[in-house]
Amino acid sequence: MNKIQIKNFNLSFDRRPSLININLDVEEHKILGIIGPAGSGKSTILRCINRLIDMEQVSRVTTTGDIQIGGESIFARHADVVALRRRAGIIFALPSPLPMSIYDNICYGPRRNGVVRKAQLDAIVEKTLTEASLWGEVKDRLNLMGPSLSGGQQQRLCIARTLALEPEIVMMDEPCSGLDPISTAKIEETMVQLKSKYTFIIVTNNTKQAARVSDNVAFFLMGECVEYGASSQMFTVPKDQRTNDYVSGRFG
Amino acid sequence: MTPSTSSGQWRMLSPKATQNIMRLVLGLATAITVFILIFIILFVLIKGVPVVDWKFLTDFPHKMGKAGGIFPTIVGTFVLTVLAIVFSTPLGVGAAIYLTEYTKENTFTRIIRFGAECLAGIPSIIFGLFGFILFVVYLQMGWSIISGSLTLAFMVLPTIMRTAEEAIKTVPYSYREVSQSLGATRWETVRYAVLPDALPGIATGIILSMGRAIGETAAVIFTAGSSMRLPTSIFDSVRTMSVHFYILSREGVSMKNAYGTALVLVVSILAINLAAYWLMQRFVSKHKRK
Repeated sequence: MNKIQIKNFNLSFDRRPSLININLDVEEHKILGIIGPAGSGKSTILRCINRLIDMEQVSRVTTTGDIQIGGESIFARHADVVALRRRAGIIFALPSPLPMSIYDNICYGPRRNGVVRKAQLDAIVEKTLTEASLWGEVKDRLNLMGPSLSGGQQQRLCIARTLALEPEIVMMDEPCSGLDPISTAKIEETMVQLKSKYTFIIVTNNTKQAARVSDNVAFFLMGECVEYGASSQMFTVPKDQRTNDYVSGRFG
Repeated sequence: MTPSTSSGQWRMLSPKATQNIMRLVLGLATAITVFILIFIILFVLIKGVPVVDWKFLTDFPHKMGKAGGIFPTIVGTFVLTVLAIVFSTPLGVGAAIYLTEYTKENTFTRIIRFGAECLAGIPSIIFGLFGFILFVVYLQMGWSIISGSLTLAFMVLPTIMRTAEEAIKTVPYSYREVSQSLGATRWETVRYAVLPDALPGIATGIILSMGRAIGETAAVIFTAGSSMRLPTSIFDSVRTMSVHFYILSREGVSMKNAYGTALVLVVSILAINLAAYWLMQRFVSKHKRK
C-alpha cells in the first residue's frame, strides 16, 4: 500500500527549479532510500513532505503538483501543518539535541501535544529510548544535558525524540553522515527492527547504506528522480545509464 | 613626498620609533580613561562616605534636605525604575520577538530597527518634555510616579528591544527547525526553544537599561516632580536620588548631603552594572560550550 504519493511535484527557489516533476510512491512499512549527489534535491523533498520548507527564510518557494499522505493532500487549504509534522517526523544530518536534559528532549513533542502526566511521559521516554537502542546507556542519567552525549548517542536521542511523536512516517536526512561505523550500524538496525511500525525514508550519500537497509531506492540527479525501483534491482540491473554510473561509483 | 614602505627610504621615523610612540599614545589613552573613572569614584567616595550612615539612608529629609536623610528619594528611585522596567520589558522584548521570529528581513523591519536606534539617541530632556506634555498635561496624570515611569519606559525601550533582538539572534537556527519539526507551533517554538536560550542576553539588556533609568535626571524632573514625601500611590509625585542631588547642589542647599546622595546613587549603579557583567559572562561562556 502506498503511504505517500508524490504527483508531478515541482519546486523552485526564487524561480530557480530545484525539484522537477517528481513522481514517487512511498510504500507503507517499507524503507525507501533516496540516493544522489549533493544538490540533487534529496533533502528538499523531505522538507516538503512535512512542510518544513514553509520555514524557508532566504528565498521564495513556489511549488506545483501535489503530495498526498494517506490519500489527503498536505497542501490542502485546511491542512493542519502541526499535525502533519507529528505524522511525518524528521531526523537531521547534524545531531541536534535541544539544550535541555535527555528526558526533556524526548518529552518536547509529547508535551506540546498536551501530554503532561509524569507516568505517561516516563513510559514514552523508556519506550522510545529502548526503540532507538539508547536506553541501556542513559537510563541512570536521564537528567544529563542532551548536547553532552557523544555524537552517535545524540543522533539516537534525536531518533527517540522523533519516535515519541508516534509518527507514521520517519524521515532521516543523512542521519549517519558524521557518525562512526558502530553508531551507524546501531541506527540501521533500529530502522530495520521498526519498519513494521513506521514508514521510513532515508536520504543518504552512502550507496552501500542504501543497499543495506532500503527496500526501495530512488535515484535523484539535478532535481529529477531519474530512477525508482526495488533495491535489489536498482543496485544490480539499473535501467538508466546514469543510475548505473552512480551506483557503480563512476561519479558523485 | 610620499613615504614608501617598500624601500623604507622615505620614512620619517624608524619603525622602532613609531612602535614606541604608538605604544605611548595608546597607553596614555587607556591611562586617562581609567584615571577619570577612578577620580570620579574616589571623589564621590571621599566626599560621600563621611555623610552616609544608617540614619542617612533611613531618615526623612529635614529643612528641604539640609538635614536628615534621603529615605523617600531611595524609595522614589526604586519605584520609578522598577515600574519603568515593568512597562518597557514586555513591549521591547515583544517587539524583538516579532521582528526576529515573525517577520522576514525586509525594508519594513530595517526601518523599524533604524527608528529604534534613532530613538535611543534622543537626548533624555526631550523625552522629559514629551512625557510632560503627554502624560502630565494632556493625560492629566500630573507630576507622578506613573508619568515618570512611563517616560523612562519610553526612553529605555529601544535599548531593551535591540539587546533582546541580538540575544534572540544568537540562538542557533537549528533549534527552531527542530522544535517546529516536532510539531510545536511558532509561539511554542519561541516560548520553549528560543527564549530559554536567549534569556541571559535579554536580562543583560534589561539590567543595563535599569542602570540608565536609575540615574536619569532630566526626563524625571519634568514628569515625576520633586516632592520629598513618601509616595502612597502611583499618582503621587516623587523625588529620585538624582533629582535630589541636582536640587541640593544647584540650589546650594547642602553640598554635604548632595555628595552623600551621589555616593548612594553611584554604588547602586555599580552594583547593577556588576550584575549585568556577571550575567553577560554566563551568557558568553554558555555559548562557547556549544
